[in-house]
Amino acid sequence: MPEVKSTPVRTSVVVDTPVDRAFTVFTDDIASWWPPDHHILQAELASMEFEPRVGGSIIDRGVDGTECRWARVLAYEPPHRVVFSWDISLAWQVESDPGRTSEVEVTFKPVDGGRTRVELEHRHIDRHGDGWEGMHSAVGSPDGWGVGMQRFAERIASGT
Amino acid sequence: MTNTDAFAALADPTRRTIFERLGEHPAAVGELAASLPVSRSAVSQHLKVLKDAGLVSSTPAGTRRVYAVDPRGITDLRDYLDRFWGVALHSFKNRVESPRGAPHA
Repeated sequence: MPEVKSTPVRTSVVVDTPVDRAFTVFTDDIASWWPPDHHILQAELASMEFEPRVGGSIIDRGVDGTECRWARVLAYEPPHRVVFSWDISLAWQVESDPGRTSEVEVTFKPVDGGRTRVELEHRHIDRHGDGWEGMHSAVGSPDGWGVGMQRFAERIASGT
Repeated sequence: MTNTDAFAALADPTRRTIFERLGEHPAAVGELAASLPVSRSAVSQHLKVLKDAGLVSSTPAGTRRVYAVDPRGITDLRDYLDRFWGVALHSFKNRVESPRGAPHA
């Protein structure tokens, strides 16, 4: 197959809060804004933890007590920058091979009026390998990604 | 293709295995059948389902067909993450601009 390189996903938002608080909410209070369907636990998501150090993890915990460490914190520079890996495989499992994971960099920059520009780049997506393509195709409709992904995860989990 | 087709296609463990094998490298039917506990005709049927769902493509190579994962997927994955982060940052903005000390803080 011809090699396909991915371009990074980039998105940004200006929020009406100072840099310090934007950084804190993004990391320490991640559970307050993270789309709740977006996890790979079999149980419902009960809580999330963003460990505030390089080498830490982002951890999802289910209502049944199970946990999932789906990201490694690669850079932690409060209140300006954080980088974490995206360790999720085709089969909705944690990807243990770092060579097959992508990464997300988030920066926090002050702008006029005490506001903050949050810039996010999700890069090296092609490292996930060809397998990710079908997973995405399965859930990639513009309207259906949230519900679709949850259904897909449940289906994979049911093993049928 | 429809999403339902792709869900159904990948929900079957054998098809998922075939799909993952093709993710490692393109292969012909015989090659896949040799490494799986299913018949050659079963592999062909599974490949047809994956192809109909838009997950794999095939190209003729002499007297056989070589199957591969559809390479348009990386672009699709990027688009998917684009939408995901759009939704996530919007949610983040709502949260971070809510009054301090609000419930959940």
